[in-house]
Amino acid sequence: MWFRTMLWAVLRGDKAADRVVPPSGFTVRLTLFTSAAMAFLTVFALALSLAAGRLAADWGDVLARSSTLRISAPAGQMAEQTATALKVLEQTPGVLEARALSDAEQQELLEPWFGPDLPVESLPVPRLIAITETPAGYDSAGLRLRLQAEVPGAVLDEHTRWRRPLVTAAGRLRLLGWVAILLLASVTGAMVTLAANAALSANAQVIAVLRLVGATDAYIASAFVRRFTQRTLTGGAVGTALAVAALSVMPGATETGGFLTGLRFEGWHWVLPLCVPPLAAAVGFAATDAAARRVLGDLA
Amino acid sequence: MIELENVAYSYGGDDLLAGMSLQIAPGSFHFLTGPSGAGKTTLLKLCYGALRPTSGQLTIFGQDVQTLGRDDVAMARRRIGVVHQDCQFLDHLPLQENIALPLTVSGQASPEQAGNLHELMSWVGLLGKEDALPPELSGGERQRAALARALILSPDVILADEPTGNVDWEMSQRLLRLLVELNKMGKTILIATHDLMLIRAAKSQVSTRVLRIANRQLIAAGAEL
Ligand SMILES: Nc1ncnc2c1ncn2[C@@H]1O[C@H](COP(=O)(O)OP(=O)(O)OP(=O)(O)O)[C@@H](O)[C@H]1O
Ligand SMILES: [Mg+2]
Repeated sequence: MWFRTMLWAVLRGDKAADRVVPPSGFTVRLTLFTSAAMAFLTVFALALSLAAGRLAADWGDVLARSSTLRISAPAGQMAEQTATALKVLEQTPGVLEARALSDAEQQELLEPWFGPDLPVESLPVPRLIAITETPAGYDSAGLRLRLQAEVPGAVLDEHTRWRRPLVTAAGRLRLLGWVAILLLASVTGAMVTLAANAALSANAQVIAVLRLVGATDAYIASAFVRRFTQRTLTGGAVGTALAVAALSVMPGATETGGFLTGLRFEGWHWVLPLCVPPLAAAVGFAATDAAARRVLGDLA
Repeated sequence: MIELENVAYSYGGDDLLAGMSLQIAPGSFHFLTGPSGAGKTTLLKLCYGALRPTSGQLTIFGQDVQTLGRDDVAMARRRIGVVHQDCQFLDHLPLQENIALPLTVSGQASPEQAGNLHELMSWVGLLGKEDALPPELSGGERQRAALARALILSPDVILADEPTGNVDWEMSQRLLRLLVELNKMGKTILIATHDLMLIRAAKSQVSTRVLRIANRQLIAAGAEL
């Protein structure tokens, strides 16, 4: 009931009631600044989380994809070693598919370097086996040992495996980003509570006069809550706008730039920062409402 | 309107007021006297719900104050005009907005009220001060402004604590006449004052009861007046 009254009072606005609370410069400016700073940081934390999430997903995809087995053997043993290697791979848990590339495919791969006329059959070109892993991956040390014993000419090339710990790290980073956002919201709440308490005690006489002439607690509280909610909303909007502007001049993600240059929003994610100012306002509303209720409850 | 039955009050130590019984009937006119520190202001505060009796029963408009919630008290105050001994205002708002404040907070402010406001301000001799800020007013002007504010909602009961403490004799006569007029219109009035001259002047215009706080008790005074 109280909550609905307050929410309605804040949304509807009341010019006359707003005049009743003196324009207290300092606490209000403090609130404005705090919520702007917090919104700025929140947007960055959000960008960080989303970028880390993207990174984890992208790299995770690549990881799931492939590694390569390269077999260099004298011409006579090539077919035999390839067959052995394929058999070993088939038996290895974690390998989804293993396939030897045909001569034509190999020629295609080499073409950029040696031109289209390279006679692959007549040269000692290593045979390539493309391995597709299951998401869990295989035990690479075990596989290496077995290959060493059975296919001496095989070299296992796991070109993306080094990224695996990074994917874990990116996941953690995303989690950290969300924790940071939660902390920022709580700090905003704490700051607004302090500012609201200061404003309420600075206006003890105003509150006493209002009570004397028959103002209800909801009326008095809403005058304060409205002011602080507006200030956190404004501050949040300014901070968000600055952060978005800052992010938009960051270069976009590039293949070589990797993680750092990916620290911006992509696609529909640009909509997410729009949620920050209303969230700041909601935090301001809740904090001021709680403070006002506490202070007013103690008065005659 | 307001009834006390065996009411006691203490600020924490000994009882300041004890065993008080009083019925303030609609349309009555009461004076409350007693030495400084006897508890006149305290009694008035009990009457408008700012304090709650430590024992005994106090009813305001037929409701036991112990059962009144904070919003009920706020509603009761719209029917009780209070003039504080130390008149407090919203110092950042001009006088006329301060006097209209009870209308504002009860959602009754409207352009039609402007006429009432003007009339009231002329009654208390504050025309020309509409746009002054309360800190710029003299003590007497503040008291008159507080009285005007107490009257703007046309309350059923008017509780005034030393309303003539800072004004000259002529102005106090004028304010008394205003209160007497209001009483004749049916308003219930309770005035705490030291000013025996004022009480005498009132007695010649209206039938009043004079109460005195002595020895923590409420007694009817009369003989010495
Ligand atoms: N908030 C308070 N806390 C503790 N004691 C108080 C409080 N307010 C008043 N008192 C004490 O209660 C006593 C009565 O005070 P009150 O203001 O009711 O007197 P009064 O009759 O109105 O006096 P005056 O004629 O000077 O206005 C005084 O001794 C005062 O010190
Ligand atoms: Mg007093």
